[in-house]
Amino acid sequence: MATDMTAQSYGDVNLEDPVSGRELLIRGNHDFHYVTEAVCSVAEMKLLDTPKPWVFGWMLAVSVLAFLGSLILYLIWEGVGIWGNNNPVGWGWPIVNFVFWVGIGHAGTLISAILYLFRQKWRTSINRYAEAMTIFAVICALVFPGIHVGRIWLAYWLLPLPNQMDMWVNFRSPLLWDVFAVGTYFTVSLLFWFTGLVPDFATLRDRAQHKVAQVLYGIVAMGWRGSQRHWNHYEKAYQIMACFSAPLVLSVHTVVSFDFAVSQLPGWHTTIFPPYFVAGAIFSGFAMVQTLVIPARAWLGLKHIVTIKHIENMNKIILLTGSLVGYAYTMEFFMAWYSGNEYEGFTFINRMFGPYWWAYWIMMSCNVFSPQFYWFKKLRTNITFSFILSIFVNIGMWFERFVITVTSLANDFLISSWDYFVPTWVDISMFIGSFGLFFTLFLLFVRFFPVIAIAEAKSVMPEADPHYHPPHDDHPAPAAAASA
Amino acid sequence: MAKPPRTWGLLAQYESAADIYKACEKVRDAGYSKWDAHTPFPVHGLDKAMGDKPSPLPWMVLGGGLTGGTFAMSFMIWVNAFDYPLNIGGKPLASVPAFIPVTFELTVLFSVFACFFGLWFLCRLPQLFHPAFANKAFARVTDDKFFIIIEAADSKFDKSNTRTLLEQTGATLIEEVED
Repeated sequence: MATDMTAQSYGDVNLEDPVSGRELLIRGNHDFHYVTEAVCSVAEMKLLDTPKPWVFGWMLAVSVLAFLGSLILYLIWEGVGIWGNNNPVGWGWPIVNFVFWVGIGHAGTLISAILYLFRQKWRTSINRYAEAMTIFAVICALVFPGIHVGRIWLAYWLLPLPNQMDMWVNFRSPLLWDVFAVGTYFTVSLLFWFTGLVPDFATLRDRAQHKVAQVLYGIVAMGWRGSQRHWNHYEKAYQIMACFSAPLVLSVHTVVSFDFAVSQLPGWHTTIFPPYFVAGAIFSGFAMVQTLVIPARAWLGLKHIVTIKHIENMNKIILLTGSLVGYAYTMEFFMAWYSGNEYEGFTFINRMFGPYWWAYWIMMSCNVFSPQFYWFKKLRTNITFSFILSIFVNIGMWFERFVITVTSLANDFLISSWDYFVPTWVDISMFIGSFGLFFTLFLLFVRFFPVIAIAEAKSVMPEADPHYHPPHDDHPAPAAAASA
Repeated sequence: MAKPPRTWGLLAQYESAADIYKACEKVRDAGYSKWDAHTPFPVHGLDKAMGDKPSPLPWMVLGGGLTGGTFAMSFMIWVNAFDYPLNIGGKPLASVPAFIPVTFELTVLFSVFACFFGLWFLCRLPQLFHPAFANKAFARVTDDKFFIIIEAADSKFDKSNTRTLLEQTGATLIEEVED
């Protein structure tokens, strides 16, 4: 494994671009088979050989998930009074957590769809993680409005189903748009993800040693046999799904922002909300990808596939979207002043210096000030720094939703109804519990799924080009030499 | 009951994308119709080298999208303006701008459904068994090897002639696939 270690550490080195101006996306002198081996070795590990940290992490996550489950039962039994939600803050942590998780769920589809359409080939090394993260984050998000409806056994009233009362839902309400937006987003992301996984499941199926693995991977691979006539349809399908997902991902947080923007409340009733929410969602999503990928690439031994180049590129997007969010915060203030509306003006001064000043300044320093470090290449390409900063961004983006939701509700038009919102222990525990759900799913994914899009990663290697000639024409191609 | 195995086709293995590209051009020019190339990843331009037609999938998706959009808009107008008119703040019942978000979402949803199910329909998948799976070498099609399979059902198929053709294309391994 000595060569393996060199290849590994090679991924951390910041390379100058070689002759053609672009550095290799997969580092080291590898053939296709090497990529297969590197990615599959994680999923193919024997159950008993599972690394201890994974077992510990997964058991911890499952316990936290069980805690969330029992809290949900307690909530159903006792009612929403166990939360801090009360007049005037009727939308407390549940909506904050919902928006937080949906926001995180944006990076996956952005990476897989928008970067795909822009031919950003570097995405192939990270898109699978990001798509998985999207799906699990959206599941976490869906928990909160689901249990927030109060009488949870009537949650199906969210859907336009024919019923004996002859009643229908109100399609003119943004809350219903949200049901459709998030529901569609989840379904489309899942189908997109699954489509991408099929050829890689086939790889795992063909290599499986154990009967159970062979059957299970065989079922999900659906009999994929790499047929060119299939690839022809497949590539078209992938392209089309990307084309639909790109506007979809922008629409989801737009619709989420309508929940706020369509209301009359100062601080919510602004037209800047949709683009501002989308920028924030991409920002938080990329931060979460960093938080997950940086440890995962080290533990799974995939440093040469997810290289420093990928981390730097994501940091650039974090810098861009963080600055966009900062611009939106500033513009909100300007508009509040420029509108001449005293309620609007008060709300923003109150956000900055009112009872929730601490939340506002946590948000500002994490989301606007901290990404500015990424103007420096030294910091952009520092892995430890990137990891720490990504955690700050995650914290900042949770506080952004807290600031928007709570400050506007706590101090609105009528001074006599003002109150200071305090969360209960259940609020806090449920938020922590949602991380249990997220990591339970994510760790299972990392252990049993192909964490890198194998087929796609191969297709960005130079040998994948049918007009590629190995450096010495009198020798066989590298792939042939390795297998001979 | 055991019938003697029949030849289902001939399988040829190639080592690189460049090799199978040239081989496909030769098999295409020889006039075969029931044959296929199998690769670990989509090789660009291989559809042309094989003379494969463009996928009809976009038309299916167009159909799905139009269905979704039309259904969403007309359903919402029927529900909120005719079947269950509910006066909310005196706002118009058939409010087209308010119906746009859901129309958009359902257009996307139906399109993607058409795309997803259309894809597997066109590929005739799931099909868990295929004669080629019985071949040991073929297991590396999802790893790093490239294959051409010419079916015995092809009218031009002739065991020795077809084998000679495949040999000329630079195949590193040629085996019979049995049914």
